[in-house]
Amino acid sequence: MGLLLLCVIWLITIASTYFFIAKTWWLPAGASASAAAIDHQFAVTFVLMGVIFVAAQMALGYFVWKYRDRASANNASYSHGNLKLEIIWTTLTLILFIGLNLIGGPIWAAERFRPAADEATRVEVTGIQFAWYFRYPGPDGKFATTKPELEDPSAGGEAALGLDPSDPASKDDVVTGIMVVPVGREVEVILRAHDVIHSFFVPSMRFKQDAVPGLAIHVHFTPTETGSYEIACAELCGLGHYKMHGILKVVSQSEFDQWLVAHEAEKQ
Amino acid sequence: MVAQESHEHAAPQGFIRKYVFSLDHKVIGLQYYFLALTAVLVGMFLSLLMRIHVVWPNASLPLLGDIKPETYLSLVTMHGTIMVFFVLTTAPQGGFGNYILPIQIGAPDMAFPVLNMLSFWTTLVAYLVMLAAFFVVGGAPLHGWTGYAPLSALQSAGPGEGLGADLWITSIALFCVASLMGALNFITTTLDMRARGMSMMRMPLTCWSWFITAILGLLAFGVLLSAGILLLLDRNIGTSFFVPLGTVNGQLTGHKGGSPLLWQHLFWFFGHPEVYIAILPGMGVASQVLSTFSRKPIFGYKAMVYAMLSIGLLGFMVWGHHMFMSGMSPYSAFAFSVMTMAIGVPSAIKTFNWLGTLHKGRLRFQAPMLFAIGFVSLFVSGGLSGPFLAQPALDIPLHDTAFVPGHFHLIMGVAAIFGIFAATYYWFPKMFGRMMNERLARIHFFFTLIGTYCVFMPMHYLGLAGQPRRYSQLTELTYLHHLLPLNRFMTYAAVVTIAAQLVFLFNLFWSIFKGVKASDNPWEATTLEWTTATPPPHDNFAGHTPVVYNGPYEYSVPGAPRDYVMQSDPATVTAH
Repeated sequence: MGLLLLCVIWLITIASTYFFIAKTWWLPAGASASAAAIDHQFAVTFVLMGVIFVAAQMALGYFVWKYRDRASANNASYSHGNLKLEIIWTTLTLILFIGLNLIGGPIWAAERFRPAADEATRVEVTGIQFAWYFRYPGPDGKFATTKPELEDPSAGGEAALGLDPSDPASKDDVVTGIMVVPVGREVEVILRAHDVIHSFFVPSMRFKQDAVPGLAIHVHFTPTETGSYEIACAELCGLGHYKMHGILKVVSQSEFDQWLVAHEAEKQ
Repeated sequence: MVAQESHEHAAPQGFIRKYVFSLDHKVIGLQYYFLALTAVLVGMFLSLLMRIHVVWPNASLPLLGDIKPETYLSLVTMHGTIMVFFVLTTAPQGGFGNYILPIQIGAPDMAFPVLNMLSFWTTLVAYLVMLAAFFVVGGAPLHGWTGYAPLSALQSAGPGEGLGADLWITSIALFCVASLMGALNFITTTLDMRARGMSMMRMPLTCWSWFITAILGLLAFGVLLSAGILLLLDRNIGTSFFVPLGTVNGQLTGHKGGSPLLWQHLFWFFGHPEVYIAILPGMGVASQVLSTFSRKPIFGYKAMVYAMLSIGLLGFMVWGHHMFMSGMSPYSAFAFSVMTMAIGVPSAIKTFNWLGTLHKGRLRFQAPMLFAIGFVSLFVSGGLSGPFLAQPALDIPLHDTAFVPGHFHLIMGVAAIFGIFAATYYWFPKMFGRMMNERLARIHFFFTLIGTYCVFMPMHYLGLAGQPRRYSQLTELTYLHHLLPLNRFMTYAAVVTIAAQLVFLFNLFWSIFKGVKASDNPWEATTLEWTTATPPPHDNFAGHTPVVYNGPYEYSVPGAPRDYVMQSDPATVTAH
């Protein structure tokens, strides 16, 4: 029984670790400025936790086999523990865990403590059961007023957001169903939700933030690769949660400018 | 000692007073246990339907027909709620705590037997109200076990958010009331009713774990109760605690000024300690069983006690780590993150001490020991994914992905369930006077251990690949398509694991009636429950009050006549 336990515990450990190391299923390729730092912090955490995981499981399997009861076994040792070992172990784990946390701190600070740069592309992202809407302020750089009583998701576009046509700033606001941003420039996302909480999740950008009714949450990321990326909803928002998705297109600055101008023109 | 006098009650004669409205902590413990057993069967069945729907969303099931996306979310909600409240909270504390704690500390019953009975019956009513949510118009709520507002606060937010959601909240509120009654009883019993010589530092670690769990329950359930009442008010009389100005489907909700984050703060102020409410008793049982079946004193008894106390204390300071992506201040994320990492330290102490207990022991692999070893393995696996999620920077890719259910299922789900299994196999002889079948227990153990790893370890891979939680199907996002084969594998593993539980069920009921008769102390263990008759008489010690001379885990004491010294053995008075 001891040997069987050893084999099972070791096999589980090896198999679990193998699929992490082989990266059979892994983070999608990162395409934003913060991806490298986040992935690196993940790798550091993974190595440290992985070593403890393998060591602890291997020790468990080994002890179970080694100290199994059998005719030739020694009597169990009469020991109530070892204070010195306990203190060493506690100190080590304290340093490890808190240290790991401090290493990761600056990444979080870079993501969330500082506001977006002044020259960032500003996009308002609104979650409404079960779609994402994107709004650009247009040449005046101002988002026009929206009013809850004007919101009409069945009409889509500007009406879904409840854009107030009496506000002069609304003339050049562009509302779209896909998100287009220029590459290599910071994007400031202003997150809103009308009904329930949604969560704006772009795995390739290593970007996630809840959109909360009643709040306008300012966050930012910098796409570094052009391409088309999927946006998911990561917070349970109702029966259509699984299909609340969108597309983020990262294009060159000139393509972005053309795209925006075309939408402005369409609106006039 | 006043409580000790007041609780005494004569053995009841009639069937109703003896087995139904019983005041006996042992009967109440079994009532809780069997309530949890029915609940776990329901919860497990719901999870099976979920696993089937995720990988075959168009499958039509016999009798049940098609599962719609909203039905899937109802399954998610009810699976989580039933498992957390009516299984993981009910079985270890209400079941085993109730049955074993008074005997282990040498008391004839709980301090407040009537309160104890009331607590059970309130829990039962809560359970029935919860199940009723399935059968009302609109069905069970789809807002998940965390019930985030405004989804949970607005009737128009989705199917199931009508009467089903009201029943769900009412059930949880009733459960909170029951748990508060139970917590008071456990705390008073532990503090006031210990036998002579049973100092706090001589209590078995199981008693410590129930005691600390009760303190957590007392502080946490009150908050959830208040939050639940506020949510009911928001839903039914138009208050706006959790709902800001907004619309659903273009219609104004009529609310304004509330804060969705307030619900999350209140919920997780309960929710995080709840994790420890579920797992602490498992830690106690694992310690007890590992020591007994290693024939060795527990490694670092005091460190174990202080580790549990600090886990309990820190458990109240980390709720914000569930909310890194919620929109709360990013600075507070920093503080919550450090406190969360700090919880890793006492958890590491416990693991270290369990391994230390096995080291140089003489291990007997009976069923309780197998599950205790499995507990340690799962605790390590589930615990070590914690430091990933505790870092806000890593929560950016991982939060609300399958990585999170992978983490908490291993640690507070399966590890806690392994604690319950270890406890079942360990105390079954004391409770029913018969032994469970070892061969069936081994089959049950290996299939369950391998099966649960096959279900829950892959969830970490899925989470890394970006599969969000609570998706009823993976068809809509193209980057999820390649994850379908792995999801199918998990569904197959779940079927095998669930089948293995039938072996347990058969073993349990067969052994109650047909098992080999058990002696009073079949495991050669040291704690007080093994000094009394099997099953114990109504007042636990047949009129005799035990006196305690020794610490709880005196195994292989040099010079002792046997390899264990009972707590009540006056012959060998040891240092502890």
